[in-house]
Amino acid sequence: MGIEGVGARVARKEDKRFITGAGRYVDDMVVPGMKHAAFVRSPHAHAQIKKIDVKKAQGMPGVIGVLTGKELKADGIGNLICGWMIHSKDGTPMKMGAWSPLAVDKVRYVGDAVVVVVAETKGQARDAAEAVEITYKELKAVVDATKALENGAPQIHAEAENNLIFDWEIGDANATDAAIKAAAHVTRMKIVNNRLVPNAMEPRAALGHYDKAEDHYTCWTTSQNPHVARLVMSAFYNVAPENKLRVIAPDVGGGFGSKIYIYPEEIVCLWASKKTGVPVKWVADRTESFLTDAHGRDHVSTVEMAFDKDNRITGLKVDTIANLGAYMSLFSSCVPTYLYATLLSGQYDIPTIHANVRTVYTNTAPVDAYRGAGRPEATYLLERTMEAAARELGVSPAELRRKNFITSFPHQTPVIMNYDAGDYAASLDAAMQTADYAGFAKRKADAARMGKLRGIGMSCYIEACGIAPSAAVGSLGAGVGLWESAEVRVNAVGTIEVLTGSHSHGQGHETTFAQLVNQRFGVPIDSVSIVHGDTDKVQMGMGTYGSRSGAVGMSAIAKALDKVEAKAKKIAAHLLEADEGDIVIENGALKVAGTDKNVPWFQVALAAYTAHNLPAGMEPGLKETAFYDPANFTFPAGCYICEVEIDPETGTTEIVQFVAADDFGNIINPMIVEGQVHGGIAQGVGQALLEGAHYDASGQLLTASYMDYTMPRAGDLPSFKVSTSNTPCPSNPLGIKGCGEAGAIGSPPAVINAITDAIGIADIAMPATPSTVWAAIRAATKH
Amino acid sequence: MYAVNYHRAASVTEAAKLAKSGDAKLLSGGMTLIPAMKTRLAAPSDLVDLSRIKELQGVKVSGKAVTIGAAATHFDVANDEKLRKACPALAHLASLIGDPAVRHKGTIGGSIANNDPAADYPAALLALGATIITNKREISADKFFKGLFETALKDGEIITAVSFTAPAKAAYEKFRNPASRYAIVGVFVAKGKDGVSVAVTGAGDDGVFRSKEIEAALAKSFDAASLEGVKVPAKNLMSDMHASADYRANLIAVMAKRAVAAANA
Repeated sequence: MGIEGVGARVARKEDKRFITGAGRYVDDMVVPGMKHAAFVRSPHAHAQIKKIDVKKAQGMPGVIGVLTGKELKADGIGNLICGWMIHSKDGTPMKMGAWSPLAVDKVRYVGDAVVVVVAETKGQARDAAEAVEITYKELKAVVDATKALENGAPQIHAEAENNLIFDWEIGDANATDAAIKAAAHVTRMKIVNNRLVPNAMEPRAALGHYDKAEDHYTCWTTSQNPHVARLVMSAFYNVAPENKLRVIAPDVGGGFGSKIYIYPEEIVCLWASKKTGVPVKWVADRTESFLTDAHGRDHVSTVEMAFDKDNRITGLKVDTIANLGAYMSLFSSCVPTYLYATLLSGQYDIPTIHANVRTVYTNTAPVDAYRGAGRPEATYLLERTMEAAARELGVSPAELRRKNFITSFPHQTPVIMNYDAGDYAASLDAAMQTADYAGFAKRKADAARMGKLRGIGMSCYIEACGIAPSAAVGSLGAGVGLWESAEVRVNAVGTIEVLTGSHSHGQGHETTFAQLVNQRFGVPIDSVSIVHGDTDKVQMGMGTYGSRSGAVGMSAIAKALDKVEAKAKKIAAHLLEADEGDIVIENGALKVAGTDKNVPWFQVALAAYTAHNLPAGMEPGLKETAFYDPANFTFPAGCYICEVEIDPETGTTEIVQFVAADDFGNIINPMIVEGQVHGGIAQGVGQALLEGAHYDASGQLLTASYMDYTMPRAGDLPSFKVSTSNTPCPSNPLGIKGCGEAGAIGSPPAVINAITDAIGIADIAMPATPSTVWAAIRAATKH
Repeated sequence: MYAVNYHRAASVTEAAKLAKSGDAKLLSGGMTLIPAMKTRLAAPSDLVDLSRIKELQGVKVSGKAVTIGAAATHFDVANDEKLRKACPALAHLASLIGDPAVRHKGTIGGSIANNDPAADYPAALLALGATIITNKREISADKFFKGLFETALKDGEIITAVSFTAPAKAAYEKFRNPASRYAIVGVFVAKGKDGVSVAVTGAGDDGVFRSKEIEAALAKSFDAASLEGVKVPAKNLMSDMHASADYRANLIAVMAKRAVAAANA
């Protein structure tokens, strides 16, 4: 692999600037004449806008403009859209209500943007925002998705009767019902997946700059996919044609999904820049982040899992209600459908599955993909149910899983997915061995002597990454293709720029992508620059989410490298007067295999650009472009084991051991992979033990700051024991499966299985805070 | 934050004079006031900074007599060698407040003047029978703390120090709110010449209070075993999304037991 090649633990090139505070984020961008925006947001969860009076605000010091939704509509700016069409089972299209970037007639959640103020300073903009007088007529609000479906619930959008957006199904209902009827045992559960706030370290921000002379717009924004932002703002929101709109996503401080979507603020900053004639910057404060970043999860499900007399699963029936909040965010519809229900087979050979999913409007922040996006919800449902089934059946949770594992590949599940490769027993065995599963009984007894309740829980997850084959997702309703593009530019001195449509906001692409180039050409990674995040530099790209940058983004780079390699070999063969097929690349030189004849890499590059001596008919230059469209999803999988000790007096849970055995396929940089797993588990443990977004009945977000919303801290987490096994992915040229979300997907059920095991109860709500655990212990001991 | 006039007072007398300007607020460590101003929930016209006033600094220990200047930071209190010998429980309490940044800025005077119902110091001062000294008078702790964010301080009155007699035994146990790390329940137990005193912070719906049930049980024998089976009523305890009143009642008994064990250790 070489010291900088594929498989090497190379320190991240980008960390120097991040660690020294030299990163360049949207808030660091300064444009001459730049002014500042503040949004006037709804204090109500549901209300009619009766009157907006901006006169007083317009007269405040430093104010340049006070703009409303009416003016925005008059300028032809479009509504925000959800880009994935889902049809209900009766064939009707999803019922998408209008989402104006600035609310016009009605507000639908606390934080809904109504008016924007542009002023000389941020403080003046805020002062003037406070002076905007809006008269509301408050309406009854509903925050709970189940209640929103009830007759008589407040009607949030005229388009969606009873707040139902779609009623969708997948799988075979009749066969599944029959399997449940014929079962020797049926495990039934109600599964709640708690709502989470993403909490990227860098809040969302946008800087819109309209250049009147050029009739051209530039938008700096905190985006995981700047090209998608440009496409959507151009094609759907009518901000500007694509050729007149440049979107730049510079250093971005974490996304976790929440920065995939196009939000009202970047549209408004661009429009307001033209309207006021000045560049307009907005940076969210933390309260705005809590209120308006797309939240994650928030599912309520019932599940029935049928077993035959040999404890083999014969069928799975799931009914889910998913809360999508007040508006349909960009990919909100695919999260509880194609990213969720298609994973309900898990690692198990299940002959028949049926899932019904209803998505619902409520007076809460929009809900969309958050690290894992649908797959954590599927895994939590399945792995909690497997655990409950093992306890009901009186068998070991590990053996019940093992008995039902899929063991031959490819495997077609009853819910679309075709698993290409995997070895689930290998991960289970590795995790159980690392965790000393066999020694648990003794540890439990030792803990009991100390007055502690010790429990162990496992989770065998599978996820689908590398999204996705464009034709496949197109047939399922996606509005875009999910390929990736790459361009490899070899400079005349042999240094290399790789332009990628993937976007790095914590993933370490500047290092791993360079390692791939080093592996191929032997060029030091310091001589390889990764260029991303700018629509003027990179032609097109679909961005980073769904653990796709390795499997899809790097595959596109590999394809471009193939082309560069082929041309470089032609040039070298010509220079060395050898046969092209005999040229190999070794130690930074192109040589004739089995001889000393060679030409260094940089000389080949120079030859390509001097063009003094190229093969006849060859174009000068050494630069190639490739688009890669994946052949299939990839299927990372693994086994997580969590061991906890609970202090019954206070309900405090301590994670005493956490083992992760993952199969990510081939790995470029093990250190970065481990970092991804650590971060993912931290977020998964956060969901299980600490994090929960709570709205009161009137729609006020009670957990709108770190005083009330608990983020995981280092002290909440043990030192993780992580390992990987490796079944290369057959569906892409690099054999990569993806690792970005696994930790967040696999860990919550392992934690909750351990807690319920420790207490000896069937279920406990997430987050299992000390207060919740104490109440559960008290309830259990009363019986 | 709205625009504000900042004054750095050189003496308590000057501070008292400056405090009369406009809608002035006294600023010490600013650990509560500054965040409230940043989120525009507080909008004083003037800030009078007390934190550099010489006469408000320092921890003085003479035998059992302890006097802590109002501007002493939590770090000062946690790390004062003499105090750590005379009343290690209070030094330990200070070491549990916030994080290092908070402990280097926040002050004892600021904390008790704010009287956050989940702050740590009020429990200690109440249990220790401390005296709060101001530029006008001396107030006993049981008269000083009045409900949520309310104290006996009058307009323009400035805390200069707190004083108390170090107890024979004392300890503080705190159960943190997982998010804010303030106390959901904090229990300070002290055994001095006047008997056992137990004060609870974080839990009371009217702020810091003394637990009669725990004190009665410990009066018989200052021993953790005395608290086995002692029930603290949930009445008058706070109930919120982080902890029910029942849970807080349980935690008071548990934290008290652990505090007594620590005090006896």
